[in-house]
Amino acid sequence: MIREIPSKKIIEVVRGLCIDANYNLGNDVLRAFDKAIEAEESPTGIEVLKELQENARIAWEEKAPICQDCGLAVVFIDIGQDVHITGGDLTEAVNEGVRQGYEDGYLRKSACHPITRKNTGDNTPAIIHIQIVPGDKMKIVFAPKGGGAENMSRVTMLTPAAGIEGVKDFVVNRVKESGSNPCPPTVIGVGVGGTFERSAILAKKAILRDIGNRNPDPELATIEEEILTRINRLGIGPMGYGGNTTSFDVFLEIEPCHIASLPVAVNIQCHAARHKEAII
Amino acid sequence: MPKQIRLTTPLSNEDVEKLNIGDKVLLNGILLTGRDAAHKRLFELIEEGKELPVDIKGQVIYFVGPTPAKPGKPIGSAGPTTSYRMDPYSPKLIQLGLKGMIGKGNRSQTVIEAMRKFKAVYFGATGGAGALIAKRIKKAEIVAYPDLGPEAIRVLEVEDFPVTVVNDTKGNDLYQEGIKRYAKE
Repeated sequence: MIREIPSKKIIEVVRGLCIDANYNLGNDVLRAFDKAIEAEESPTGIEVLKELQENARIAWEEKAPICQDCGLAVVFIDIGQDVHITGGDLTEAVNEGVRQGYEDGYLRKSACHPITRKNTGDNTPAIIHIQIVPGDKMKIVFAPKGGGAENMSRVTMLTPAAGIEGVKDFVVNRVKESGSNPCPPTVIGVGVGGTFERSAILAKKAILRDIGNRNPDPELATIEEEILTRINRLGIGPMGYGGNTTSFDVFLEIEPCHIASLPVAVNIQCHAARHKEAII
Repeated sequence: MPKQIRLTTPLSNEDVEKLNIGDKVLLNGILLTGRDAAHKRLFELIEEGKELPVDIKGQVIYFVGPTPAKPGKPIGSAGPTTSYRMDPYSPKLIQLGLKGMIGKGNRSQTVIEAMRKFKAVYFGATGGAGALIAKRIKKAEIVAYPDLGPEAIRVLEVEDFPVTVVNDTKGNDLYQEGIKRYAKE
């Protein structure tokens, strides 16, 4: 059976997600603040974490953006193969939702021409990743991505000989070299395998996970924990002022790759680890 | 506990020379805002020997691109942006009398050296605390480059605007010191 979804519904849902994600920090991040305040050694670090807690409260209460960088509009959509979109095309519906959400929500529009640097004026085009899945529903995940943390992200093509130790070293060094820039405590998305571009998408998808949720594969879960422990021994701390809370979590996603390659992508997410989803 | 110091802009050499890394400072008076695009324009004017649209002597520049103000509010969320992108421009502005910069993230050795030589400091504000910081901004007015939107140069009137000294006039760096103190390898 084909299920019809009007494009107007998609516009409305995306508009709402843009505003919700930018005003209301997820419970997983709020819990991470509480936990880190208990565990942090540095008094300055604790102070920073308390400021972030207070900031999230003010944003929620006053319906204000958590951060002035309301991000590029990254949208992951899983479309059931039995869905038929009516009354307009999907990409335009998503972009219209972003346009309305960023205007009506008083959000900052950060999209610009890469060469002339002229602002596009409405935070479009959105970065849209579409996947066709079984079923007759549509899942939309909206994850505004700030520039400061995104700038610290990297993709590399390791040799198979570098192996899992090479992967771990690359991730830890990336966080070390990023220092205070990406607004620590961060969330680290790691994509291993696939191709050059697939590893980056895996890393981006990884940061959509809630803090504290381990990869269901026990071996991968152990690697996530090991990398996190190493990162939190670097001493960078909240806002880079020193401390033992440099990252809240590390999320690893893998896919088979070419026998000649070992692609590794690290996508760094700031402590405003914003993502909200809706199912239509 | 770190010292807490209240300062009012414009800042003198004496004001900034007494600051040390880790000090908590509450800034009062006015701050100028500017980020990537505004810095590029200021730098080009300096290169051409032209007058700047704002007097930077003794002033503090806040690297910020705020969200649009809601009706009845002076400004939207207004936390710091990452500072290293301003590194190519900052030494020239410091040489011309800029006394402070507010941002987040590491500065280059060239900027740190310019701060030591010409007596200026780099303050860190808490990145991502845009809603909290906005409460300390009482008034905001665009004074140059309105076409740049969030990147326009604004004059902000601030009350007890909270910052931490990251680089002082002696060449010290809080980020380096923090890592030295808390790293476990």
